[in-house]
Amino acid sequence: MNCIITVLGKDKVGIIAKVCIYLSEKGVNILDISQTIVKGYFSMLMITDIEKCTVTFEELAAGLKKVAEELNVEIRIQQEAIFDCMHRI
Amino acid sequence: MISRGEIQETNSMIQHMNLDVRTITMGISLLDCADSDINRFNEKIYNKITTKAKDLVKVGKQLELELGIPIVNKRISVTPIAIAAAGCNTDSYVSVAKTLDRAAKDVGVNFLGGFSALVHKGCTPSDRVLIDSIPQALAETDFVCSSVNVGTSRNGIDMDVVKRMGQVIKEAAELTKDNGCLGCAKLVVFCNAVEDNPFMAGAFHGVGEKDCVINVGVSGPGVVKKALEEVRGADFETLCETIKKTAFKITRVGQLVAQEASKRLNTPFGIIDLSLAPTPAIGDSIAEIFQEMGLQEAGAPGTTAALAMLNDNVKKGGVMASSYVGGLSGAFIPVSEDNGMIEAARLGALTLEKLEAMTCVCSVGLDMIAIPGDTSAETISGIIADEAAIGMVNSKTTAVRLIPVIGKGVGETVEFGGLLGYAPIMPVNSYSCKAFIDRGGRIPAPIHSFKN
Repeated sequence: MNCIITVLGKDKVGIIAKVCIYLSEKGVNILDISQTIVKGYFSMLMITDIEKCTVTFEELAAGLKKVAEELNVEIRIQQEAIFDCMHRI
Repeated sequence: MISRGEIQETNSMIQHMNLDVRTITMGISLLDCADSDINRFNEKIYNKITTKAKDLVKVGKQLELELGIPIVNKRISVTPIAIAAAGCNTDSYVSVAKTLDRAAKDVGVNFLGGFSALVHKGCTPSDRVLIDSIPQALAETDFVCSSVNVGTSRNGIDMDVVKRMGQVIKEAAELTKDNGCLGCAKLVVFCNAVEDNPFMAGAFHGVGEKDCVINVGVSGPGVVKKALEEVRGADFETLCETIKKTAFKITRVGQLVAQEASKRLNTPFGIIDLSLAPTPAIGDSIAEIFQEMGLQEAGAPGTTAALAMLNDNVKKGGVMASSYVGGLSGAFIPVSEDNGMIEAARLGALTLEKLEAMTCVCSVGLDMIAIPGDTSAETISGIIADEAAIGMVNSKTTAVRLIPVIGKGVGETVEFGGLLGYAPIMPVNSYSCKAFIDRGGRIPAPIHSFKN
């Protein structure tokens, strides 16, 4: 199952590293990353495959929340289905 | 692959425009619980509801987390109790309401609808017991919602019940007067009630339905308003196209949630209700959509046309987005639950008469309107009769949810809290309709040709 992870917040060193290390520890495969900085604000979208994830979705979401708190950014994880349903027929 | 813009659009709708799924409502048939002993009946309905709906809240929360969209309410609707409990030898259904309340609390839902009777062509003894039980049932329970269908386009209007419902509303207000007359906020009087409505307080599980189904109500006035901001000053064609596209997107999310919930709960998917349901939150208001369309306040001349257009285009956009559309499907205009409506009523821009006109073109009716506590039962019945007549003649659902606020008058405010909001008390025409209401009997079914 594909999930979209969005990260938003003030730019600093190591945001991608920290998020990616956490995801690799949990067995989440990253399929695509797009990242940009707008006026000092970091914005990243990741398309991930959580098929081989070693923890439940709830645990993964809770873990990402903790990473978000440590980095002082906002991280959301959502199933790709919600975007597909809204934008694709 | 999904683009950055699409992801941002969806998340902005959720985070900044109050897009949510308003309710997942599980409809449960209680027909197989019939028993002559009311205690055994109560035991059976408690067991059936708590078994069928045991995972409803859990699955709702899972979907919220995984899809990243709030699912505000998880609710239950049941077979109208006047039908399900008809076999019980009893003169009161208050114990049934209390059992429903206990079941609702134990499975964690926040409302349960179906303390209802369908009496559009007269009452059975069971219907009478139910109607007589309504005021006490609403006063002594927290989550039970009640509705009574007094008319249909095919059968006309039962005016004896209309008269009785005026009294029932007053009694319900009196019994809950220490609590903002909240009993009346949980009681709806319908004409042409629908069997698969997921929205409270009028939800019940019709007898033509399966044993158990999942119905979903979507929302999103905030998203429509924001979309209209982008086309400020454009003509009606652009306005309608924008509403349709937005309604399509909103409904697709509802369809996804409904399908997933249905799969995980192993319960068939019933319908999506395409309704724009406001909340008291700023920016989640139907009245603010009218303002965006160019009306100074809800209630200004042009409001009925604006509402007709909004309602029609929400349906046109939504119908293609869902495999089964049903319920009430339209724009709700509950006064106390809509910040812009509250303000318009407070200013005097929005009157009861204008609201009545608006109900000719939208779902559902005179909804969550606070009126002076000294309004007579006959006057309330007169308002119900007017609203039912609109539904009967126009072959649409109409409803009345009035709150006569005991001890308060025009200009004062009543607070219900939460999604039910607060309302300024609106003036009611003070001329009497007592002799009209006292006639009794039925208004025959209207002719369905020669439409004018």
